[in-house]
Amino acid sequence: MEKTLRSVFIGEVSELPQKLGKTVIVGNKEIAVFKTENGDIRAIENRCPHKGGVLAEGILSGEYVFCPMHDWKISVKDGKVQAPDVGCVQTFPVEVKDGQVYVLIKE
Amino acid sequence: MVKQKLVLIGNGMAGVRAIEEVLKINPEGFEITIFGTEPYPNYNRIQLSKVLQGGTSVSDITLNDWEWYEDNKIRFYPGETVTSVNTKNQTVSTDKGRIESYDQLIIATGSNPFMLPLPGADKEGVKAFRNIKDCEEMIEYSKAYKKAAVIGGGLLGLEAARGLLNLGMEVDVIHIFDYLMERQLDKTAGKLLQTELEKQGMNFILQKNTAEITGRKHVTGLKFSDGSRIKADLVVMAVGIKPNVALAQEAGIPVNRGILVNDYLETDIPNVFAVGECAEHRGIAYGLVAPLYQQGQVLAKRLCGVRDKGYQGSVLSTQLKVSGVDVFSAGKINEDESTKVYKMYDDWNGTYKKVLIEDGKIAGAVLFGDTKDGNKLFDFIKKGALIEEYLESSQSANSEVDLVANMSDEEIICGCNGVTKGSIVEAIKVNGLTTVDQVKGCTNASRSCGGCRSLVSDLLACTLGDQYQTDQKEAICGCTTLSRDEVIAEIREKGLTHIREVMNVLEWESDGCSKCKPALNYYLGMIDPLKYQDEHEARYVNERMHANIQKDGTYSVVPRMYGGVTTSDDLRKIADVADKYKVGMIKVTGGQRIDLLGVYKEDLPKIWAELDMPSGSAYSKGLRTVKTCVGESFCRFGTQDSIGMGIRLERKFEGLNTPHKLKMAVSACPRNCAESGIKDVGVVGVEGAWEMYVGGNGGTHLREADLLFKFKTGDELVEMIGAFLQYYRESAKYLERTSAWVERLGIDRIREVLSDELMVKEYNNRIDEALSVVKDPWKEAINNKNLLRDLYQNVKVPVETK
Repeated sequence: MEKTLRSVFIGEVSELPQKLGKTVIVGNKEIAVFKTENGDIRAIENRCPHKGGVLAEGILSGEYVFCPMHDWKISVKDGKVQAPDVGCVQTFPVEVKDGQVYVLIKE
Repeated sequence: MVKQKLVLIGNGMAGVRAIEEVLKINPEGFEITIFGTEPYPNYNRIQLSKVLQGGTSVSDITLNDWEWYEDNKIRFYPGETVTSVNTKNQTVSTDKGRIESYDQLIIATGSNPFMLPLPGADKEGVKAFRNIKDCEEMIEYSKAYKKAAVIGGGLLGLEAARGLLNLGMEVDVIHIFDYLMERQLDKTAGKLLQTELEKQGMNFILQKNTAEITGRKHVTGLKFSDGSRIKADLVVMAVGIKPNVALAQEAGIPVNRGILVNDYLETDIPNVFAVGECAEHRGIAYGLVAPLYQQGQVLAKRLCGVRDKGYQGSVLSTQLKVSGVDVFSAGKINEDESTKVYKMYDDWNGTYKKVLIEDGKIAGAVLFGDTKDGNKLFDFIKKGALIEEYLESSQSANSEVDLVANMSDEEIICGCNGVTKGSIVEAIKVNGLTTVDQVKGCTNASRSCGGCRSLVSDLLACTLGDQYQTDQKEAICGCTTLSRDEVIAEIREKGLTHIREVMNVLEWESDGCSKCKPALNYYLGMIDPLKYQDEHEARYVNERMHANIQKDGTYSVVPRMYGGVTTSDDLRKIADVADKYKVGMIKVTGGQRIDLLGVYKEDLPKIWAELDMPSGSAYSKGLRTVKTCVGESFCRFGTQDSIGMGIRLERKFEGLNTPHKLKMAVSACPRNCAESGIKDVGVVGVEGAWEMYVGGNGGTHLREADLLFKFKTGDELVEMIGAFLQYYRESAKYLERTSAWVERLGIDRIREVLSDELMVKEYNNRIDEALSVVKDPWKEAINNKNLLRDLYQNVKVPVETK
């Protein structure tokens, strides 16, 4: 079976809360989708590599989210954990067409 | 080149320090082996008193961790004692049967506590205070026994006594002289010290000679030469130390009090050196740390073949590491015929300063109460400076900076951790450090006793010049250099109204972080409660969601029960909701409410709607609950209506935002069943009056609340609580509990401010304004479609089946 990217419609841009995360559940996968202050939409795995905290509920500052469990700082752009902690989370490409948001997921 | 075999006997501060110096000069020159009797890596023995006081573990005071030995390819045998040295064949043998040959041998066996050969000194419960094991044993003792006696009122004895006091024991200190620390202090300072320590709870028995330690198998007390007795379950001998020379002596190395060494730390036997407390140089065996570090440097140079003028002996300075007491002494301490004295004694403030002058030069100093001149005087003593220089330097402000500027790079700034001026200056330059705390993190200087903090600050000043700000303020987070007070002043002055505006106008270095955004949100709301639009995206998850997030991402729900009083109807509703939504657990909280745990995010609004009870704010940086006891309506001891007062307070202040969470309690008698003594605001009813306590804390930093005022009527009490809370809201840093805030401001100052009737009125006006906009957050959420969608609903995408 070949791996393809599936484009998943998750909602209108206007339905996503500004400067916050949204929990998107696709099958058994949880994705945190963020609308940053300047309007970018980013999607990362909704699971902090530290202790599994739900990143969608963290405080979003610029392009970083702070995990609500133990305050790890993670880039929503490239998924990298910021120093002094280390690690990374999976990121998902996002497409916006006519105000509709799609997340691309490998299957 | 073949590496030379360097063997160190004694894994303590002096020996390991010498090895560190060797590694600095010639990292590849030696194959190094270290033997240590204690089963730990090298730790900071001066900080043993902290271990004894509890809360500090061995790893906290470790100087070189296990990796250090590995990284430097040192063969380290912990828990292994060298039992003999053969200087002819150049080998050492250990208690584990190991034989190791050496090209160069360093003996750094330190010193042993001097145990008085008293009858009964071998009984159980007689201890020394010298290593980790001693500390551990004393801590164990403190759990089972009450009364301790410390023999010896010197530096070591007083630190041991303070530690035992902290462990909850009653402590008698027995001293043979008529005042304390007679080797470091004169009589005036010694007596001042005694008064201070008596205030802390130590009991002193002076001019007594211990004749016998009494008891059968286990110690039960002390008997003195005059026939008097005291009881004791634990006896700590802290009368002094003696160099540990047994091993050297058996090996035929010449010893006197210590192992005899010359200016290059060489013993009389070729290729054998001694360093630290076991060594005797020019008639002196040092027992303090700074000389050991200087010796280590000289020894390392000698081993590596670097030319040096050798060790010239040390002038000593002493600082007592007991909290709340500032004592310093250096050089000569007591007057004699050849000395003149410069003295200042301030009985009122309890400060004392004495400078001894010999031939016009400063020869010694004793300071009590105010020791900030200590470093300067110590440097003058070492240089043999004229007294005029000191007196003049006291006039000019710049002198401290000049003083460190004139020090040589090898001079030790931090005696506890052996950090030189040169290494601090280098760290400042290379890493671009600008604060004392950064220097501490980078070099360890000022990390232990903190005595050299001012010197480090001066070094920063002379290295950075004008860029350095001495009165360093605490920035609210890494996004800005501004402090809390500055940010608030700017918000007020410029009329800033939202977080983004504050960050832009005040030139934040980033888009904010999880520290500054919630703080700014609070400050903006505190400054203008009526106009400010709370930004829920800047709040921590719990405060944004109005529920407490759990480790698995579910939430908990705590409905409000005013004063901890509930009804059968409310309980029934809670039970029904718990069943319907299959909550993971139902638990009674410490604040007298009921917690429903394991609730899914999407269910929160439904549960709130069905409960139809106000939020208990169990998640908030604000008023949580008012805990109450049963009080006069039922309790036979109750003097007041504590439940009524608790409900009144909770209804008035519910929903209030404060810098940190805030807990209250009302008890109806001094038995204090509602635990008013450990609450942010605790009320205790007594016959005909209410007592108001503040600043208590039952959490991380356990603190007993201070009595603020006593009132005849409930109205006066409620008014004062309003004023107190608003004073706290306006002047505390975000996330500063009242316990820390009360300690920072001082209860006397708070009482003074709140004694002003006009202030009390004004604070109440402002808190009423803040309370006027409070809404129940659960009701608000369930009636607002946007909030429901933005915060509580997930997007679910079904998996397509092909």
